Amino acid sequence: MSLVVLSWSLFAAQIMLGLAFGCTAWRVLHGPRAQDRVVGLDILYINGMLLLLTFGIRTGTDLYFEAALVVALLGFVSTAALAKFLMRGEVIE
Amino acid sequence: MPDALYLSTAIGLPYLGALVTALLPANARRLESWLAGAVALLTLTMVWLCYYPTIAEGGVVRAEIAWVPQLGLNLVLRLDGLASVFAVMVAGIGLLVVLYARYYMSSDDPIPRFFAFLLAFMGSMMGLVLSGNLIQLVFFWELTSLFSFLLIGYWQHSAQARDGARMALTVTASGGLALLAGVLLLGHIVGSYDLDRVLASGDVIRAHPLYLPALVLVLLGALTKSAQFPFHFWLPHAMAAPTPVSAYLHSATLVKAGIFLMARLWPVMAGTDAWFWILGSAGMITLLLGAYVAIFQHDMKGLLAYSTISHLGLITVLLSLNSPLAMVAAIFHTMNHATFKASLFMAAGIIDHETGTRDIRRLSGLNATMPFTARLAMVAAAAMAGVPLLNGFISKEMFITETLSASTAPTLLHSLLPLGAALASIFAVAYSLRFIHGAFFGPTTGDMPHTPHEPPQWMRLPVEVLVFGCMVVGILPAATIGPFLDVAVRSVLGEATPYYSLAVWHGFNLPLVMSLIALAGGALLYRLLQRHLNAGIDGTPLLRRLDGRRLFDRVMVFLSWRFARTLERLLGTSRLQTQLRLMVCVTILAAVLALAPHDFGLGVLQLSPADPVIGLVWLAGSLCALAAAYQAKYHRLAALVLLGGAGLAVCITFVWFSAPDLAVTQLLVEVVTTVLLLLGLRWMPKRLELAGSGRLLSRLRRYRDFAIALGAGLGLTAISYATMTRVSPEGISRFFLERAYTEGGGTNVVNVILVDFRGFDTFGEITVLCIVALTVFALLRRFRPAPESIGVPDQQQGDVRNWMMVPAVTMKLLFPLIGVVAVYLLLRGHDLPGGGFAGGLMLAIAILLQYMAGGTRWVEDHLRVHPLRWMSAGLLLAGGTGLAAMAFGQPFLTSYFAYADLGWLGKLPVASALIFDIGVFALVFGATVLMLIAIAHQSVRSQRAAPTPPPAPQEER
Repeated sequence: MSLVVLSWSLFAAQIMLGLAFGCTAWRVLHGPRAQDRVVGLDILYINGMLLLLTFGIRTGTDLYFEAALVVALLGFVSTAALAKFLMRGEVIE
Repeated sequence: MPDALYLSTAIGLPYLGALVTALLPANARRLESWLAGAVALLTLTMVWLCYYPTIAEGGVVRAEIAWVPQLGLNLVLRLDGLASVFAVMVAGIGLLVVLYARYYMSSDDPIPRFFAFLLAFMGSMMGLVLSGNLIQLVFFWELTSLFSFLLIGYWQHSAQARDGARMALTVTASGGLALLAGVLLLGHIVGSYDLDRVLASGDVIRAHPLYLPALVLVLLGALTKSAQFPFHFWLPHAMAAPTPVSAYLHSATLVKAGIFLMARLWPVMAGTDAWFWILGSAGMITLLLGAYVAIFQHDMKGLLAYSTISHLGLITVLLSLNSPLAMVAAIFHTMNHATFKASLFMAAGIIDHETGTRDIRRLSGLNATMPFTARLAMVAAAAMAGVPLLNGFISKEMFITETLSASTAPTLLHSLLPLGAALASIFAVAYSLRFIHGAFFGPTTGDMPHTPHEPPQWMRLPVEVLVFGCMVVGILPAATIGPFLDVAVRSVLGEATPYYSLAVWHGFNLPLVMSLIALAGGALLYRLLQRHLNAGIDGTPLLRRLDGRRLFDRVMVFLSWRFARTLERLLGTSRLQTQLRLMVCVTILAAVLALAPHDFGLGVLQLSPADPVIGLVWLAGSLCALAAAYQAKYHRLAALVLLGGAGLAVCITFVWFSAPDLAVTQLLVEVVTTVLLLLGLRWMPKRLELAGSGRLLSRLRRYRDFAIALGAGLGLTAISYATMTRVSPEGISRFFLERAYTEGGGTNVVNVILVDFRGFDTFGEITVLCIVALTVFALLRRFRPAPESIGVPDQQQGDVRNWMMVPAVTMKLLFPLIGVVAVYLLLRGHDLPGGGFAGGLMLAIAILLQYMAGGTRWVEDHLRVHPLRWMSAGLLLAGGTGLAAMAFGQPFLTSYFAYADLGWLGKLPVASALIFDIGVFALVFGATVLMLIAIAHQSVRSQRAAPTPPPAPQEER
């Protein structure tokens, strides 16, 4: 019983995350400001990480958690670099 | 087998000596000359050791050193009579030249370079004459061209030396290319490049339809090297070299290489009309032209250069005659010419050294001030003129005899031969007289820069030795040079060796009369020309218009400037769009051509059920990719952000299809790429929307590009789809899966493949990465940004200190954490996802974050990364691991695997592949950081370069 609940809730979570992925992608695509796109990319990374986590739960392997860990650890680097580029005009001063 | 050892030493020792000499300090003149002299002496000894008893009895010493035996490519060394004559000239005169150069070279000159080049040249010449394989011969041939270029251009500060060197290289190396083509044809005809096999198939070669092209190409090589008309013009310009170089290269060795080649291939290529006509006409023109021009040279070395050209022409004519007796005379004259010409060059060098000038117009009366040198030079010049009782006389008489006996043949050129020989002899006497009379006689008060005096005893010794040789051979030819000449001739002619007599007195016959007439005529001619020569006019009468140098320059300008520019304009483009368009179009074409013969259909495999989640991710990802392409031209930042989205979708896809390894690597690459592009964006010029961008033409262009892009993308999609819907053929993946643990000691098959099974590939790849990083670094050092992007960006104009305090602190704190994860990825890579590449990238990102958070100055004050050291350490470590396997008798890069017992910590699997992986890690880290830092430093540099505005407030400590 609990397995059925787990699998359905995982499926629901994945569908919702997938939709969220799509919505954020729309923000990245549409803008309108550069800041919107950058924040969109950051949220894309978070969505992706969560997708990986749910995927790991679904397959029962912990290898995918590490991929999620790498996303969590380094996903913000692009965002930070973009933010710095927007605010300071260059990434490394 | 000592012979093989001797032969390989004779070639290897000079190169080794060159290497050692090059590393000696610049002021160790004495040591360097001793070393060079010892090398030359040892080389000579090696040849001598081979000579007795094998060669002296007509045998051949042959040694093969296996190189790529699977392809039949071996280093073949072969010494026979002919080769030994040339080898003795190369090593013997080399020894004398080293002794001479020790006193000649000034202490201001970089001596190690001189002796290193000289020895390397000697090694190349030895390699050339000892080659038993035609390809190998061409290889050494080109090496001699290269080292002669370096030697002629030794005085780099002189434009004349540079031009002369370049001209010599251009002419002789082009000839070398022709020779290579000719040798390839010969090899095709014979079926082997081995000299013994080629020499045994003369009839096959001469009867083959490709004989004529092969002959022309080979002779092009020989004629350019031996400065024969119309390629003779480089030799006088090569006189800008130091005199020892001229004495060595332009009397005995380099220019004789062409003669050697013609003599070497004489048994198999001579004997046809084509051979006679090409060589006979070229040699005859060179003989007369060189001798005539030599008379009117004012520079002693120029005179000697043209006389060398003329004598080489004489030898060429002898070789062209297709008669065995002429062959004997050719080899004999080659030896004679080497002795007297080398001594004359050295004498000219002594005069130049002691008086400060080589101009015959300014020199006079040296007979009184430098009596020994003067008399030595006079004897050598007399040998050059062909005075009896000197070696030049005997070979010249043989030459005249041969031309007389050849003149019975019906053709015009044949009947003109004796006339040409007589005329050239008269000219030779005239220029020899000019050399002697102009410099050594007359009043002792010339306007010379230095007061002339005798050179040091040891500087004169080489001249004395050579002149002694001229006299001994001239008086007792049969007893001294006879046996050696005989062996050389027999090695070329074999059974066909004719009877010949080496004697001073052959009775009162026509050749002797002609020689005497030449002596008298030459003296008369010199007397008649005295007034003209004393006037000191530059240039040669009647031939003033014929300037080989000007023609050469014109050809070079045409080839390297106009022709090249035209070709570039017609075939090249510097526009990136055009290049990309062409590349993509060609790729599409190649794919279509490859697939067209087969019926291209989609596969038949059952599709797996659709997964809505990954479908959504793909939808978002592909939309991002499309939008990135759409925005790429006018909205770079947006395109970059969109690319990030697409990359993330790819990354998730990898995880979905159970490839966490790829996913992690992809993610890291994604991050580094984004930051790298952002760093570059800073320096991009502002985008320009051209006024005409909306016009019909440019719209059409864009539609066309869009169509190309669509075609390429759809094509790739179709191919991928077709591949994925088919059963993949049984490849090597099963092999890897089965053996990864048993033989590689790792459970992560991808990593085991990278560092073990295909370790050599990885080694090559990291080497390429290293080269790329260094290239990027080198290019960025000279990077000059567009003027409008030099200044400090607008965003930094106001006072916005501490703008991102919290993220910056977080980023700084994350450094150790990311570093630990990077090392973790590296260490466990052999068994679980990770590895050196991912780890290296991750550590690079950690450093990158510090640069972003603190700025270049802050980071470099606190922690200096030395990317070059990381890279070299990584490369050495990876290569060293491979070599270590060889030390244990295993093939390169064989990995070793064991469990290390760490006591209570348990057992640790250790594979030598891990060390290799650490090398990869260090190299990837170093290369990435090198490139990132190189771009980052632009900001620091350009602000320093631009005076206004004042430095940005960024030194936050």
